This record gives sequence, C-alpha cells and structure tokens, in this order.
Amino acid sequence: MNITIILQQLVNGLSLGSLYGLIAIGYTMVYGVIRLINFAHGDIMMVGTYFALFAATTFLLPWWAAFIVAIALAALLGVFIDKVAYKPLRNASRISSLITAIGVSFLLENLFLVLFGGVPRAFKIPQVFSGVVHLNGVIIPIIALITPIVAIVCLLLLMQILQHTKYGIAMRALSLDMETTRIMGANVDAIIAFVFAIGSALAAIGGIFWALRYPSINPLMGIMPGLKAFAAAVLGGIGSVPGAALGGFIIGITEILVVAFLPSLAGYKDAFAFLLLIFVLLFKPTGIMGEDLEKGRF
Amino acid sequence: MKKNTIFTISAIVVLFLFLLYASHNFSAYNIRILNNVAIFLILAASYNLINGVTGQFSLEPNGFAAIGAYTAAILTLTPAQKSAMFIITPMVPWLQSVHMAFLPALIVAGLVTAFVGFILGFPVFRVRGDYLAIVTLGFGLTIRVVSNNTISITNGALGLKGIGNYTTLWWSWGWAVLAMIVIMRLINSEYGRAMKAVRDDEDAAIAMGINTFRVKMTAFVTSAFFEGVAGGLLAHLITTISPTLFTFFFTFNLLIIIVIGGLGSMTGTAIATVLVIWGSELLRFVEQPMHIFSLTIPGIPGMRMVIFAILLIIIMIFARDGLMGQKEFSWDSFFKFFKKNKKLAK
Repeated sequence: MNITIILQQLVNGLSLGSLYGLIAIGYTMVYGVIRLINFAHGDIMMVGTYFALFAATTFLLPWWAAFIVAIALAALLGVFIDKVAYKPLRNASRISSLITAIGVSFLLENLFLVLFGGVPRAFKIPQVFSGVVHLNGVIIPIIALITPIVAIVCLLLLMQILQHTKYGIAMRALSLDMETTRIMGANVDAIIAFVFAIGSALAAIGGIFWALRYPSINPLMGIMPGLKAFAAAVLGGIGSVPGAALGGFIIGITEILVVAFLPSLAGYKDAFAFLLLIFVLLFKPTGIMGEDLEKGRF
Repeated sequence: MKKNTIFTISAIVVLFLFLLYASHNFSAYNIRILNNVAIFLILAASYNLINGVTGQFSLEPNGFAAIGAYTAAILTLTPAQKSAMFIITPMVPWLQSVHMAFLPALIVAGLVTAFVGFILGFPVFRVRGDYLAIVTLGFGLTIRVVSNNTISITNGALGLKGIGNYTTLWWSWGWAVLAMIVIMRLINSEYGRAMKAVRDDEDAAIAMGINTFRVKMTAFVTSAFFEGVAGGLLAHLITTISPTLFTFFFTFNLLIIIVIGGLGSMTGTAIATVLVIWGSELLRFVEQPMHIFSLTIPGIPGMRMVIFAILLIIIMIFARDGLMGQKEFSWDSFFKFFKKNKKLAK
C-alpha cells in the first residue's frame, strides 16, 4: 500500500464523486422548490447521453457541438416532463406526484428499451478526452482530471446564478414559500421550469461524462447513478446545492476506496450508498449542510 | 351467524367450486394465469395495506418477495439437489441439510420475511413521506445485491433451479383467501381504524394518543408476512428463481395494481389484480408480429411496460382515486344497489 496507489484511487474517487455531485444537484434543486423526488432524474441523464451519442454518430456533429445539443435537449426534456406530468399535480398530495415521477421514470426507461434495444452501445470518446497523464508515477486518465474541474465550474456558475441573478433570487424565495412568492408577482411556473432546465442540463452533463468514463451506454444506465446521487443529495442535506456536491464527492470517494482496499466487499458497492443513506437519516436526517427539511434554501 | 358472514362464506364456496371446475377443464396456460392472479392478489393486497390503508408510501415488496421466495425454495429443495446446484461455492452446511414440506416451508418463509420487516421497520419509520419511499427502494435493491453476492446461501446470479412445482390452484387461492380475510379483519379492527387515522393525518393521530409507530409496524409486518408467503408460492410456481426476478419491475407491477384499484381499497385491489394480470396477457399481441392484410408489423418487445407506464401517469393525473377510491365492497351496499335498480325499473 503505497502513496501513489492511494493518490490514484483518490483522483479516481474524486472524478466519480463529481459525477454523482452533478446529478445530485438536480435532485436537490427540484426537491428544494417543489418537494418532489424526481425519480426520472437518473433517466434524464441516460436520455442526455443517448442524445449526445446520436448527435455525434447519426448527425455527425463535432463532439463539442454534440454535447451542447444534447445538454440543451435534455434541459428541454426536463421542462417538458414538468409541464406534462408534474404541473397538473402541483396541488395534489406529494405521494401522487411521487407515483407519477416513478411512472415517468419507467416510461423513459422502457421507451428507450423499445426504441433502441437493451444491447449496450459504444460511446465514442473524442481524442481530447482519451489518454493519460503521468504525474510522479501516478497514472491518471485525462477524463478523471477534467470531470472534477467541469463539476466545480458548473457548481460555481450555479451558485452565481442562485445568489446574484433575479431568477436565482426568485428560486430561493420559491423554496421558502411558494404562495408568498406568487403573491410577490414572480412567475412561479416559469421559475420551476427553469429549475427543471438547470437540473436536467446538469444531469445530461453528468451523463455525458459518465459515458466518457464508462463508454458503454444502455437504457437502464441511469438507475444506479440516479439512486446514488439521491443518496448523495440527502447526505449533503437536501435542498442545499453545495451540500449535494459534497455528498456526491463523499459517496464517490468512499465507493472507490472500498472497492480498491476491500476487494471482498466489491460486490456490495451498489448497496453501500443506501446503508449510508439509512445511517444518515437515522442520526442526522438534515444531512451535512442542511438545516431543516421543511425550510428551503440552496 | 350474521347474514353477511353467510354470504361471504357462500361466495368463497362458489370461488372454490369454480377453481375445482377450472383445475379439470382449463388449459395449463389459463391455470397458470389463475395462479398468477392469486399470488399477485396476495402481494398487492398486503402492499396496499401499508401503502393505501396506512398511507406509508414504500417500495420494498420486491425485497420481501425475494426473501420469501429464497427461504421457501431453500427449505423445500432436497440436500442432494442443493449439492448438485451449488457448483461455485458449496452451500452453508446447516442450510444444505435442512429439508421441509411445502406448507411449513411457506410459513417459515412468511415468518422470516416478517422478522426482516420488523427489523427494517425501526430505521425506516423514523422517516416520513417521500424519504420512506427512497429508503425502502434502497432496501429492495440491497436485498438483490445481497442475493447476488451471498453465493453460499443463494447460489448468486445463477439462482436456484428445479424447485418443486407444488403451487396448485388450491395452495395459491387458499392463501389468497386467507390473506384477504386476515387483512380485511385487520382493517375493520381497532388497529385498522388507527391505520386510516395515521394515513389521513399523522399529527392528529399522535395527538389522539395513537402509537403511530406501533400501528405502522403492525401493518408493515403483516404485509411482510404475506409478501414472503407469496414469494414462496411464486418460487414454487415458476420453479426457477434468480436475483434478476426481483428487480424494481416487480414492485412497479404491484404499484400499478394498487393505483388502478384505488389506494386503500382491497376491493379495488382485487379487481385491478385481475385486470392487470389478465390485461397484460391480452396485451401480449403488441409484442408479437402483426399481420394486417399484406402488411407485417414487427412485434415490439417491452411495449407492454411502456403502455403500463403511460397508464400509470394518466391515472395519477386524471383519475387519482382509481377504480374504487377508498371504498370497499359490502353486502349491504351490494343489495341496496340492486334494490335501487329495481325501483328505477318500476
């Protein structure tokens, strides 16, 4: 057990964690605003990845254009889902919206299974993202370096939007009290749509970088990352954007370290996030950076 | 004996006479569907007890059914069968030698599942609402991961094969009727009223002095017991089980049944179970190639799940009460309905 291996695994975990973090932000924002666990979030990530694949292979766009198109389309899809499935249930019980969200998640998964089959497809990795960097004997894939940087840039951008733009202020107000925000003259539906757009765009970014890391995509690829990202959002304190990112990093790093240093437990890695989730809910239900579940904040 | 009890007993007798007829005259395929209806009725009714009646929205039946299925299957398989099957890692010795008849195996399966439900209830009921859904979803997933990895108990991803084909119409419907009676009696008891109080307003229920944790736990453990038994029946119907059988798809099927029937109505659950199981058999045509005149449309496998998912969303948006809402069938209202119709006819 030498320092290079530990460092290598840390970088690895950091890159996986930043993916969880990117996806977790979407969960936390939607939950913060309309108190709904958007079950379909992981599937939006999957759909975003498919968009990128088709933009690059069928429409022959250069990789960067394909990524931008995919992210934009995923954001549109998020807004569309909210409009069609969640908005009619805004005043219904939370369980009703939750069941609808499960339905949407199932619809996306099975629709893509029907349309594109269950056979995994190869995701073409652009030249820029392949290759490795040697750093004092530590071998790091470029993608493992870029992912955390992308995640942190996204996080900083989002924090800027939330703290300093009119929309961001409205979002924070909305998470505190929807009715009062409406009375103050803010267009609540437009703000919720914007939240879905941001969350889905970040999920698509997460999905694309997920595919660059594990370049084989299938219609059910969003389930596990989605669930773990949710666990990350709760761990960080649901409703808190930096908390979601932090929770993502913690879950990603622990997962990689457990697999690396306790290989006999590797088979259980998918269950690990949930044990952590139950543990957090038992002893600190508000998570690391959350204050009170019933009070909103970002 | 009350008049209504006699009606209920005669209805059950009629049901079993029908089963007697079915077991002699129906094709193997139709008997299989009838068995499926009974097993899913047990699963859906116990799922509705916790979700609809007690209002604790949870997503764990796949986990409970898996525990029941594995327990029952391990108990009824002979030691020789087990040693032939566990080729990668030999089975744990004390499980290897244990062997039981079908009925005790089912009861043990139910008890083991109920015990797991009891243990799980402690952390799970500390959270409310949508958190409960996620934690129980995680439990179902954890059970699948565990059954994939504890190779010396479950044979891992290979699963268990050659389980005795013991589930007949009598076993499945016998358990279904028993489950319905127990659950209906529970709902109409003091505990049942407390469950509905917890569903309608948990804080008010606490204020009224109801021990909400105990009420939820009663519903959860009862539901776990019957889901475990149903899992055992399922294992002995399809004779091969593996972890992939108990994915979230399994829970989703039950969810759609209780949503169509109406969250909180056992009558609705019974109707919806028949509709969904039978309907999904009828819908098989969408997955097979179709010939319309000279045109051939290739079958689309998986299309049924797309249809069910859309159905679920539409029901939630436009008809949240499902078929029955929270209403139950009763003989009194049944006869009142006919009297009213007679009057109208006059």
